Amino acid sequence: MNIVVLIKQVPDTWSERKLSDGDKTLDRASSDAVLDEINERAVEEALKIKEAGDAEVTILTAGPDRATDAIRKALSMGADKAVHVNDEAIHGSDAIATAKVLAKAIGTVGDVDLVLAGNEATDGRSGAMAGMLGELLGWPSLTHANELTVENGTAKAKRETDEGTSDLEASLPAVVSVGEKINEPRYPSFKGIMAAKKKPVTTLGIADLGLDASEVGLAGSLVQVDSFAPRPPKSGGQKVEDEGDGGAKIAEYLVGQKLI
Amino acid sequence: MRAGRVRRVTATLQTRPWDTEERRELRALVRRFTEREVVPSLPEWEDAGALPRELHRRAGELGLLALGFPEAAGGEGGHLDSATVTEELILAGGSSGLVAGLFTHGIAAPHIALHGSPELVDRFVRPTLRGELIGSLGITEPGTGSDVAAITTRAVRDGDDYVVTGAKTFITSGTRADFVTTAVRTGGPGHRGVSLLVIETDRPGVHRTALRKMGWHCSDTATISLDEVRVPASNLVGPEGSGFRQIMERFGSERLSLAVQASATAQRCVELTIAWARQRETFGAPLATRQVVRHRIAQMARRATVARTYVRDVFLRWEAGGEVVTELAMAKNQAVEACDWVVDQAVQLHGGAGYLHGVEVERHYRDARILGIGGGTNEIMDEVIASRLGLDG
Repeated sequence: MNIVVLIKQVPDTWSERKLSDGDKTLDRASSDAVLDEINERAVEEALKIKEAGDAEVTILTAGPDRATDAIRKALSMGADKAVHVNDEAIHGSDAIATAKVLAKAIGTVGDVDLVLAGNEATDGRSGAMAGMLGELLGWPSLTHANELTVENGTAKAKRETDEGTSDLEASLPAVVSVGEKINEPRYPSFKGIMAAKKKPVTTLGIADLGLDASEVGLAGSLVQVDSFAPRPPKSGGQKVEDEGDGGAKIAEYLVGQKLI
Repeated sequence: MRAGRVRRVTATLQTRPWDTEERRELRALVRRFTEREVVPSLPEWEDAGALPRELHRRAGELGLLALGFPEAAGGEGGHLDSATVTEELILAGGSSGLVAGLFTHGIAAPHIALHGSPELVDRFVRPTLRGELIGSLGITEPGTGSDVAAITTRAVRDGDDYVVTGAKTFITSGTRADFVTTAVRTGGPGHRGVSLLVIETDRPGVHRTALRKMGWHCSDTATISLDEVRVPASNLVGPEGSGFRQIMERFGSERLSLAVQASATAQRCVELTIAWARQRETFGAPLATRQVVRHRIAQMARRATVARTYVRDVFLRWEAGGEVVTELAMAKNQAVEACDWVVDQAVQLHGGAGYLHGVEVERHYRDARILGIGGGTNEIMDEVIASRLGLDG
């Protein structure tokens, strides 16, 4: 089985994150960059499939030079190899342009059976990549999986929502995006860290993918950020004077907000 | 914010070879391990007086216990990797007590790895590096500390066995240990009569008593009495009479480890104090705006950084095989001095909170006190330095 795991290097949610004033894209230099945690869960799921049977796990990312750190992290967890699409022209790509790049890059890996991704990155938060990739590749996409079993050419996933649980099933090849609850990702061991240095990483530009610069980046994107503003500071909120009926007043307020 | 997490200041002095890509990843691994699997439970282990065995197995799984041991004995990585782990465990919210309890094998197992028979390596070193066994080093006796050549625990040969009688004390991880690499007297008086013998703690005649301490609460410590304990002669590490030399070979790494623990504890306390001073308001402004406080923290940061820089420098020269006995003693005392001062100031600047049990600087304050006593006291270090300054004759 041939599995591709999409990963993304994102600003550490713990550090201050901001957009650049110039082209209003993410200011990557201003914060620490880490492998998005949801991607670690996607990698973990791929490694579990690999350990249960026979699979080759390829890490795929589109990102600048420093994204190699995120790639190495995923490799040190136990993935076999990686493809890094690194091209200045991709800078500023929206979700659709990024999906085009990733779909082409998946094509370079060979006969892929399964693409695994996180359901939503902590930076862009579009949460659309798995769906878009499914569309571009012509494969089914099972999104927000909190449980996944892959056997006999079929992927079965459970998706939990506020309304209940959906059981999803699709024939391979398929795209699956995983949710927070799917697993607890392993840490790389010291052996894994040392082994990752020797694993092959293929670096590709958009020309290698048969794409033109006009199809990607800010120019090739349907969505662009016109302006942005920081979140306003929290207002004072509503104070309830307790004259013996504080509990009832709070309950009234919560009922009014349809919270209870 | 994760438990125990504070903003790093000069946490990683970005000097090679301490800051290679692999060691940065090793740091990230240790940070994560510490934040997720240590910090939330550390108060509980402090109260229990010991670390759970499961923690050793986890550390073994991640490869942390194998660092610095030869590959032939199941080890991987070098001493620098091991020191990186020690530093980061403390910088991420652990403690020197945690290092003492979790990495006791760093003093208990190297002799076996380097001089023991392949059978001893298989029985004791490999499982210890996997976190399946816990080992201790037994040298100190009720009547003997740094004067190793004066130990009185006797091992008398009887057929294929030794019969061991005596007592060992201040034995780190001694109440949990599965085996103790023990200094015993197999020959006459003086250093030539000392041998190292691995004693399994489930042998008849081994009795252990837990000792309560000022700090290092999560690291258990024992007095072990040996009452005619029968041990196979094949448990001898290296030839008879080689114990003293083997022990002396290892003192350097123990001193360096303590120096790393001291400088990392100092650094951690600087970072904890900065976080506190930014957050704590007095008379309408954060502590961090008060000149007295700012300057005190500047001095804490300077002492911690200078100690750390020197310790790291000596470490590299030691690892490269240099003759650094004097510098090792200087590094340990320098780091301990910085640490003692910094933990004291950290408690002071935390005010009443710094005196509360459960507040991290309070733990470091108590834990730090042993660093100038264990592995050779400050006074022994000064004597080592003095004896090499050309003061005699």
